[in-house]
Amino acid sequence: MATTTAAPGAPTTKIGQAALEVDDRLIVAGPLRRTLNKVFPDHWSFLLGEIALYAFMILLVSGTYLTFFYDASMEEVVYEGVYAPLRGVEMSAAYESTLGLSFDVRGGLLIRQIHHWAALLFVAAIVIHLIRIFFTGAFRRPRETNWLIGVVLLVLALLMGVTGYSLPDDLLSGTGLRIISAIILSLPVIGTWAHWAVFNGDYVGTEIIGRFYIAHVLIIPAILLALIAAHLLILVKQKHTQFPGAGRTEHNVVGNRLFPTFAGKATALLFIVFGLCAALGGLVQINPIWLWGPYNPAQVSAGSQPDWYIGFLDGSTRLFPAWDINLPGDYTIPALFWPTVVGAGLMFTVLALYPMIERKLTGDTASHHLLQRPRDVPVRTAVGAMALTFYVVLWISGGNDVIADKFDISLNAMTWFGRIGCLVLPPFAYWMTYRLCLGLQRHDREVLEHGIETGVIRRLPSGEFIEVHQPLGPVDEHGHGQLAYGGASVPKKMNQVGGARRAIKGFFKPIEEPAEVQRQAELEARGLEAEQSDRQTISSGRPSEGGRPSEGGRPQAPRD
Amino acid sequence: MSTTDKNPGSAGGDRASGPSHGGPDDEYTPAQLAAMDRTELDRLGARYDGVEVLHVEPGPVPGSALEKQATRQVTMWFALAGVFAVAFLVVYAGSGWFLPDWEWEVGAAPWSALFTPLLGLAMGLSLLCIGIGLVQYVKKLLPHETAVQDKHDGSHFDRVTTGATLMSGLDKSGLPRRKLLLGTIGGMGVAFGAMLIAPLGGLIKNPNTGNPLGTTSWAEGVRLLRDDGTPIRPGDQQPGSLETVFPAVAGGNFQADAATMLIRLRPEQQLSEEPREGQADFSYGDYVAYSKICTHAGCPVGLYEQETGRILCPCHQSQFLVTQGAKPVFGPATRPLPQLPITVDDEGYFVARSDYIEAVGPTYWNRERI
Repeated sequence: MATTTAAPGAPTTKIGQAALEVDDRLIVAGPLRRTLNKVFPDHWSFLLGEIALYAFMILLVSGTYLTFFYDASMEEVVYEGVYAPLRGVEMSAAYESTLGLSFDVRGGLLIRQIHHWAALLFVAAIVIHLIRIFFTGAFRRPRETNWLIGVVLLVLALLMGVTGYSLPDDLLSGTGLRIISAIILSLPVIGTWAHWAVFNGDYVGTEIIGRFYIAHVLIIPAILLALIAAHLLILVKQKHTQFPGAGRTEHNVVGNRLFPTFAGKATALLFIVFGLCAALGGLVQINPIWLWGPYNPAQVSAGSQPDWYIGFLDGSTRLFPAWDINLPGDYTIPALFWPTVVGAGLMFTVLALYPMIERKLTGDTASHHLLQRPRDVPVRTAVGAMALTFYVVLWISGGNDVIADKFDISLNAMTWFGRIGCLVLPPFAYWMTYRLCLGLQRHDREVLEHGIETGVIRRLPSGEFIEVHQPLGPVDEHGHGQLAYGGASVPKKMNQVGGARRAIKGFFKPIEEPAEVQRQAELEARGLEAEQSDRQTISSGRPSEGGRPSEGGRPQAPRD
Repeated sequence: MSTTDKNPGSAGGDRASGPSHGGPDDEYTPAQLAAMDRTELDRLGARYDGVEVLHVEPGPVPGSALEKQATRQVTMWFALAGVFAVAFLVVYAGSGWFLPDWEWEVGAAPWSALFTPLLGLAMGLSLLCIGIGLVQYVKKLLPHETAVQDKHDGSHFDRVTTGATLMSGLDKSGLPRRKLLLGTIGGMGVAFGAMLIAPLGGLIKNPNTGNPLGTTSWAEGVRLLRDDGTPIRPGDQQPGSLETVFPAVAGGNFQADAATMLIRLRPEQQLSEEPREGQADFSYGDYVAYSKICTHAGCPVGLYEQETGRILCPCHQSQFLVTQGAKPVFGPATRPLPQLPITVDDEGYFVARSDYIEAVGPTYWNRERI
């Protein structure tokens, strides 16, 4: 690396000289080296948040492109574009411009569909990332702040989705807008005032698309960007969590350095996420607004569904019983208020406060950098399963009319399934998950104590048949293993402890010498032993260093 | 410093660098560093950042069959990515030039229907090939390095000194002693914040002027028109059928709250009809007219099942029974659909006898009061 070369005299290469010029002015060599040397844990589940980040980048780029052609106006115009079935139809300028960027702009439809798919992926990646953080306990002290920011990011992502899919002003999004209007109206006391403030008057008015547009392209993205930056800065400052394992402690991070390994993998993931969105955007049609037609408050399509991430709210609204609360003085709290405002508000509040709730209940206020396996925290895992079950029942109920139609089930039966299911299934999920966790824990302990089942049956002289077990470590006089459970995955198959040789590489024909592989494996085994006996003698393994004791093992006393 | 000072004294500064900050430049002279090779320097810098490289599994031996094969694979993926990128450009720019037109029209050439899928396919494959090529590169050609980095807790020294700096600044300001000044700053802050958000007051409008939520365009003598603007006579509809009608005012068929369903009951439905109290004369013969705006969330209640006389809202599946004053019989809706009183004018066309006698659409806080 040219930037760290500080030989007496100027660097000899052109690039080295250029680097020196840059560093003379900006003094970046130190921070850059610290960044390049940062160690990232190597586990697939740490990439889920990255997928959300990359989806957001795709959204920013594709969304900016769409703004070149979109007109956020509710002015009535007559369509005269290339899509013949709608020619001569009165519609809003917003809908007309969306049709225009789909049909009259070269490649516009591709970008619009990439934008929509990336939005679906964005929320999905956030949710999966959140589930990973939850079940492994990564939200515990000192990471409560980042958990809170994450929950706010999720809520903002939902708002982005809602304001975004309302913009085309087609029949489907207009139906959604109508429901948003009714939800705002349902607020006790301030409902009508809030509605007049948001819509600038009675539904539907002429302002709402323009206001949603500025919220969608400026206000919410600006907050999202700032919070994502904070999320990442805190992550870098606090360093990653990691799963327990050999050499991993509360005070270190084991993995790959940013450069080049992690940077290579992360860039690869960016391209793969972008590639998937592009392929979906081209090959899989999404939200064909020209089939829905322009919005008209008197029209609706059967099977109107929101994007997937709003489905749970649609479901809760469908399931909630018809319970208006009539107060003295002829005031009413509408039934719609409970499943939407209160329901969603409670769900996200409990989610946001979960780290504090758990800290209170368990009394665990210590800092944690090692993750937990879900089975080792059965109560939290079961609570998570319970919450997910509740969410999934609501989500399925959001499409209960489609299920009823496709599977020829009574719609009312589907509604009752949801009503009863969202109360009965979560406790059942809690109980089942709890039992599963305990079972898995016991199996881990059993393998540690008695060893791995080898599948080899032996007959004892007494005639008794036993299965031979392979202990994982030293055993006591009764043959019981003495290894304690360390919170890491316990090998349960012989192949996981070297019962089988490594496969010989090569697809059509072997491209390695089997004998050479065998020799390498023996060398590696010896190397491992050496590693355990004396850390100091680790070599990088490169043949060029030829067994010379490396100086790379430990920080050394500074030479003078 | 590598730059040569051509004009000594012009800046008035000393040419020697200032006292060091205890950095590594004191510990390692340029000559020492020059004697180390690149790997050693890399490890040295890493150690300085608290990173130890524990173990390196080298990449394939240069020149080996394994290396050649891996290099071939990575090269192939990147080459494919380039080919697909070119394919994208050809489809994008070539359509309408040496390829058929891309613009889609009903009955147009199949190329226009393939245009967007081909673009997405080429772009997606190109990006995926780059991604896969990079993964192969990292997995098959780079050495696999296991590194460990120390994690540091907060430093007690930092906390104490930073706290002292902050508190001494506060002491110097004297604010804890100057109570009046402190109180004034607090009050000023509240007023200042309120001033900044006050312009949002421009958003606030009174929803109660003119009762817009409680009234629609329907009024005595306003004709019931179909979507295409034609009026309706009692003989026009088959028994059991439903027609969406709008008030005969300008823009009536785009109003958010005026859409009404005109339903002709079948004879047996009419026999079992139980209208809402005081609304028995709202119907005309076997015709009833109900608001199309759902009382739950405001969706148009579109689906009429004439066998059972039920109207279904497709948004949240509330069901209303037309033979019993459109009262809700299933789902989350709490109120019946408001009924429009109708009659027939001199020319025999349906007209409204008045506006709805209650607010149409979703329930709100003070609905019962206006």
